[in-house]
Amino acid sequence: MEDRWEHYEHDADVGVRGIGSSMARAFEQAGLALTAVVTDPASVRCERPVEIACEAPDAELLFAEWLNAIVYEMAVRRMLFGRFEVRIDAAGSDGMRLAARAWGEATSPKRHAPAAEIKAATYTTLRVAQLPDGRWLAQTVVDV
Amino acid sequence: MDIGKLVRRGEFEWEAPARGAMRVPAVFFASEALLREMDDKVLEQASNVATLPGIVQASYAMPDAHWGYGFPIGGVAAFDPAQGGVVSAGGVGFDISCGVRCLYTGLRSEDVRAVQAPLADLLFERIPAGLGSVGAISLTPKEMDAMLAGGAQWAVEQGWGEPADLERIEERGRMADADPAKVSAKAKERQRDEMGTLGSGNHYLEVQRVARVYDRIVARDWGLEEDDVVVMIHCGSRGLGHQIGSEFLRRMATAAPGFGIELPDRELACAPLDSELGRAYLGAMRAAINCALANRQILTHLVREAFAEILPAARLPLLYDVSHNTCKREVHTVDGAPRTLYVHRKGATRAFGPGHPDLPEPLREHGQPVLIGGSMGAGSFVLAGAAGAEARAFASACHGAGRAMSRQQAVRRWRGRQVVDELAERGILVRSPSSRGVAEEAPGAYKDVEAVVEAADRAGLARRIAWLKPLVCIKG
Repeated sequence: MEDRWEHYEHDADVGVRGIGSSMARAFEQAGLALTAVVTDPASVRCERPVEIACEAPDAELLFAEWLNAIVYEMAVRRMLFGRFEVRIDAAGSDGMRLAARAWGEATSPKRHAPAAEIKAATYTTLRVAQLPDGRWLAQTVVDV
Repeated sequence: MDIGKLVRRGEFEWEAPARGAMRVPAVFFASEALLREMDDKVLEQASNVATLPGIVQASYAMPDAHWGYGFPIGGVAAFDPAQGGVVSAGGVGFDISCGVRCLYTGLRSEDVRAVQAPLADLLFERIPAGLGSVGAISLTPKEMDAMLAGGAQWAVEQGWGEPADLERIEERGRMADADPAKVSAKAKERQRDEMGTLGSGNHYLEVQRVARVYDRIVARDWGLEEDDVVVMIHCGSRGLGHQIGSEFLRRMATAAPGFGIELPDRELACAPLDSELGRAYLGAMRAAINCALANRQILTHLVREAFAEILPAARLPLLYDVSHNTCKREVHTVDGAPRTLYVHRKGATRAFGPGHPDLPEPLREHGQPVLIGGSMGAGSFVLAGAAGAEARAFASACHGAGRAMSRQQAVRRWRGRQVVDELAERGILVRSPSSRGVAEEAPGAYKDVEAVVEAADRAGLARRIAWLKPLVCIKG
């Protein structure tokens, strides 16, 4: 099955979920799910790369850091991202490290008609796990 | 929610007795109908909060309580530092000091209806709203720190509004003991160009008319007569607050084991009030409160300028400005003696009762104005802090209606265009940069704010004073 992203229900906010052939692919897909909270990812031109790096003691905290890093870059650069390339490495006893490239363009209120502004990734329903069929899942609720 | 295990303490008061790891009971203020409608997570989260060290009296949930992040939204919990009490980033939230401000206009609804569309268009043009919008000013690092220390007081000194405004803001517009040094460079970077912006989601700026008065005496004393027009601004600490929330959530979650705190839920991350991390969070959170107060002050100035152009007869002084995502150091009477407590109000509003010394003189007699936002269709309420609120929930009340369905469900049911047209037919003009955003905020997506407010009133938290209906609604 293909890597994919989806949203899931949560009350006042929204769950973002990525499913992929590896943890890194799942993180990439979740990045698209994050963009989709704001606008259609397909409408985002992948013109400029932005480097993102983060680390955390475990995979789930790393996932929250990843999403928060994207939110931060979206906010300070006033950009939206349509494609992500993620690499995840174990950092020995110190936990895990992520290095990524996010591709996107300047936010255009006219073209993108942003529906919401993401405040942060929460730890509600936070989960990074390998599924029975070997694919990986990464999800959490984001506060909008 | 399954209310089978709850003990009814009053017509609008219920208790989940302390059991297991709970140090105090969980207490719910709501009608039976509202309580049954609440999701199960509210009971779970309110009970989890009750397990935290140093919690005093009870873990409270307001009539609009729903599933939150660690704490229920609509949650109130107070901690005693002398008893190992904690402060929790989740107990304040990601939109630190999100709140509501109400401005008078001196106008009547027919004055606004005469220029309703041009007013809506001008406000939409002048108030930066929605993702990607940029504020009127960009702060240098020195100005940023001054703003974080000075709040609305700083804003007034910079020419945004009048000194008289400060009297009508909690903490007189400046949260004391803010520590800008504890705010990260990233948080400041995120805020640099966002001063004076409305944000998105459930944030709004509305021009409203007083549709119904419940208490003629208080309404008269507060200058609210039927058909008077007011402006309500609902927003918070913008990117700075969100960044502080996420950073400290992570720091507290990873530090909790070191403090010997067992978290039933990682999101309930907290730190002892008497710890470096706890103090750092308080300093940063207070800076974020100042950011929210300064932000609403700048927006006030922009609104006044817009009105001056279209309705020059209008004067827009402040009725009051309240915040609903904070942790504040307050003195409360517990078992007959005064104690200094740190009161978390997550999606809950402070509601000081009549005579409270912290209220400005003109408002002291009737208690604090509590401003409750409903939906674009249902309107908003002005309440007054009740005398009994202090004893019940550390002088706290609800903050809004709460959502009845998820954003996705709302988008499946309604089209933004359809919502805008239906509201226009009812005399309400909506302006928003996003059609999907409007659908997500459709009136039907929210619970019945009337029922929530009635429950708050009859539970003795805050008394209904006036019901306001929108004329113009600006959404991000």
